[in-house]
Amino acid sequence: MTITQDPWESLHTSALLGTDRRPLRAAALPFAEAVDQADPATALLELAALATVRRRAGALPVPAAGPPGPAAPEDARPELPEPAARRLAVLLAGRAGGSGGTLANLAELLPQWLATARARGLRPPAALIPGLLDAARARSELRTDAVALAGPLGRWLAEQNPDWRFVLRTTTQEAAQRPDAPVDHHLWHEGLFAERVTHLTLLRRSDPAAGLELLRSTWPTERAEDRLLFLDALQDGLSPADEPFLEAALGDRSKNVRATAAELLSTLPGSALARRMAERARAAVRLAEAGTHLLVTPPAECDAAMQRDGIAPKSPTGRGERAWWFGEVVAAAPLSLWPESTGLPPEELLALRVGDSLDETSSSWADDLREAWARAAVRQHDADWARALLGPAPVPPTRGAGRARAPRATGAPAKLLAVLPPGERAAWTAAFIEVHGLGEAFQLLGACATPWTPPLSTAVVTALARAAASGAYPWSHSGVLGMTERALAPEAAAAVEELAAGAAPDSAWAETFGRLAGTLRFRAAMLAELAG
Amino acid sequence: MEERWSTEHVLSLAPDAASQKAAGKLSAPAPWSGTGTDGTAVWGECKGSGRTPYRTVVELATPAYQCSCPSRKFPCKHALGLLLLWSGTPAAVPAAEPADWAADWLKGRQERAEKRTAPPADPEAARRRAEARGARVAAGAAELRLRLADRIRHGLADQSTAGPWEEVAARMVDAQAPGLATRVRELDTTPQERLLEEYAMLHLLATAATRVDELPPELAATVRARVGYTRDSNEVLAGPTVRDRWLVLGSRTVPMEGGSDERLTTRRVWLRGAKTGRPALLLAFGRPGQAPDLALPTGHLLEAELAYHPGARPLRATLGDRYGAPEAGPAAPPAGLTVAEAVAGYGTAVADDPWLESWPTVLTGVVPVRTPDGWHLTDGHHTVPVRASAVPEAALWRLAAVSTGRPLTVFGEYGHQGFAPVTAWPEGHRPVGLTNS
Repeated sequence: MTITQDPWESLHTSALLGTDRRPLRAAALPFAEAVDQADPATALLELAALATVRRRAGALPVPAAGPPGPAAPEDARPELPEPAARRLAVLLAGRAGGSGGTLANLAELLPQWLATARARGLRPPAALIPGLLDAARARSELRTDAVALAGPLGRWLAEQNPDWRFVLRTTTQEAAQRPDAPVDHHLWHEGLFAERVTHLTLLRRSDPAAGLELLRSTWPTERAEDRLLFLDALQDGLSPADEPFLEAALGDRSKNVRATAAELLSTLPGSALARRMAERARAAVRLAEAGTHLLVTPPAECDAAMQRDGIAPKSPTGRGERAWWFGEVVAAAPLSLWPESTGLPPEELLALRVGDSLDETSSSWADDLREAWARAAVRQHDADWARALLGPAPVPPTRGAGRARAPRATGAPAKLLAVLPPGERAAWTAAFIEVHGLGEAFQLLGACATPWTPPLSTAVVTALARAAASGAYPWSHSGVLGMTERALAPEAAAAVEELAAGAAPDSAWAETFGRLAGTLRFRAAMLAELAG
Repeated sequence: MEERWSTEHVLSLAPDAASQKAAGKLSAPAPWSGTGTDGTAVWGECKGSGRTPYRTVVELATPAYQCSCPSRKFPCKHALGLLLLWSGTPAAVPAAEPADWAADWLKGRQERAEKRTAPPADPEAARRRAEARGARVAAGAAELRLRLADRIRHGLADQSTAGPWEEVAARMVDAQAPGLATRVRELDTTPQERLLEEYAMLHLLATAATRVDELPPELAATVRARVGYTRDSNEVLAGPTVRDRWLVLGSRTVPMEGGSDERLTTRRVWLRGAKTGRPALLLAFGRPGQAPDLALPTGHLLEAELAYHPGARPLRATLGDRYGAPEAGPAAPPAGLTVAEAVAGYGTAVADDPWLESWPTVLTGVVPVRTPDGWHLTDGHHTVPVRASAVPEAALWRLAAVSTGRPLTVFGEYGHQGFAPVTAWPEGHRPVGLTNS
């Protein structure tokens, strides 16, 4: 009889079912004569061993199915210097090392390393790219820099690994500005929401008109919550050319979309909305004839036109409705209105007493007016007004009569600071810290450019030393300390070393300063490597 | 001039991730004083929480570590931190003569190494012990053959009546055949489509073990090694040795499988003789909390004597005398094979040692490709699957990244289950270890 089955198959079938049930016809198999067939099970095992070794020893190579897919595009950027590449390996390993608090400083430094290397236009070694992408996957705040650094190789890898899908959604300036980059709007039409926002934002930065056109092309079909954020993306490259579109958006079905359109229009000083708001503001505030104070007449109602211009008829703040309308009107009016209509510069306007037009002795409007001007200064990026509103660098608070005239904490000094040029921001913050210490400086420091200027750095270190001397706990300053690790000027590192050396041994501050000094040294070395 | 090690290499010496982290903290110059290196050793004093600083010395060739700290980790964070400092901030560890305390230890170490002598043995007692063990192993192997045949009689599909293999594995341990025990234990987790192969090859090994004295000496040595006879390294070194400049092709450190609760780590280091072209495999073991004591940087050359363990297809070797510390090897990748040549090479090796799972192989001009049924390496003509179970996914992505989708040289183990990559040589770069994290 002939064996039609593959010899291995007949061995396997007998083994599965058992030689008791399915006797093996060993005689018909290759090399059957080489084994003792007295015991069928043993014979089966020996024939199977023969077949296995034959197959392993005689295996033929498998022909390639086809050419491999396309290789990653070439990356023309120069490669990281060797020490910087080692540093990146340490930083990435530190992240992978776990959640322990002792190396939080490495986690603080990784973003800075990435941003610096990216700005220097350097290319990390290919072997570190997967680790870099894993880090960015875990920490979304790293993504833009990490994806830019990973470059075309990162993108090529992400196309193959679903874990790194975010890379394809993270559009970077470098990729968008490639001269050969085709204008490809498929992301806009097919992408996820975040991808679409990024696409629009980047397009606005390079070609605002094209961005507007793209948004306009699909506007009527977008959902309200999407419309809101797309509209927000128009902030980049906002110009009078956007006004007709924004005016139309004032008639949107969604209240939030209307409000956002109004806010954008109010930052366009020449816009029709800004003119309408100026009109209302002029009616609400006038300079008393004596020129000594300002008189406020808040709007009596929130009419349909005001509502269309983005003013909510109901106060969301708990403040009275007329005060709310008043604030909204002044905040949306162009700031240039005030010097023009009164002939006074911001500083003098702010120094004027503020009264009610019906009751000139009331000063209840001063805070509302100031608050509204502050919002306008932030919205319109008006440095003159911001400077005037912040006032000169602070002086120690004095109890008593002068108090009402001292610059009032409007709740947003950090936002006002951000409008000023970097040098001025740092100087103002340094003065603030000298007077008030670090307790309320966190947001102000956050508004300052990094690395901090040497005077600001010195002010922070001095304040830390004072805090240590006063017996405060280091952890009550942990926010500022973390920021200091990232932002302190390298010149100030020596002062921190001194503090570390001088602190009482084994105290919490000794450990704090020691770690800070260590981090600063690490940072200095890391930045030097990237520069070299 | 000594070559300073890469960060990756230093971190690979760490016994665990926590040590890597702690060492990173100590890799800055601040806590260190009195640091220096003379090219064969690195030393320094590290300020800790106590009054006296810890004194740390690393002898680079072995490497060997000494530190006055009380840590039970080995090497401790101070030794690793010192190496990181030495590797990353050369200026912080200047060339110098060893400090007295460092010199004392280094000298003592050298003296101990020279005093190493073969222990006197009672040949008659040794022979009796060997005979007794041989009989016990043969009995165990015979029992294993019966157990395997028994299961074939009842059918592999019907495992309900048969107990787990663990019990048989324990019998093999009693029979002083730990190699058989390990293979038996693996049967419980072998997928059914490979079960008959594994039964058959284990049966073949057990059969060979029952009549090991009738086999040719080389094959008998292979069978003994696979059954679980170990050889003392002094005994191996007493035999013939091969002196060569050995290129370090790569290394892999894995926690060892096994039933015991203490997880040893095993480090495999693959070498290739520059003159002889012979491959060699060194094994080193570390107790829990300790890194294996042998560490050779990939891509470096080491002039040394190697003693091969006897066998039909010698590969495992013991490192004998060294002539100098490892030095940086050539920039160009080592010569390698096409996929077709690699397949044929493994086939030839299997003809010598039928139980050979894989053979160290350098592939030239291959591209890693991810397909729906897993990773492959292709040289344009032929393709080999990557043995995914032997390599972490991260290593394969690292391989893909360094290839950038272009052909490169890869070292790994090739066998009937596929290729397990260990090292890649990216264009114009030093070799990249794929599995070291």
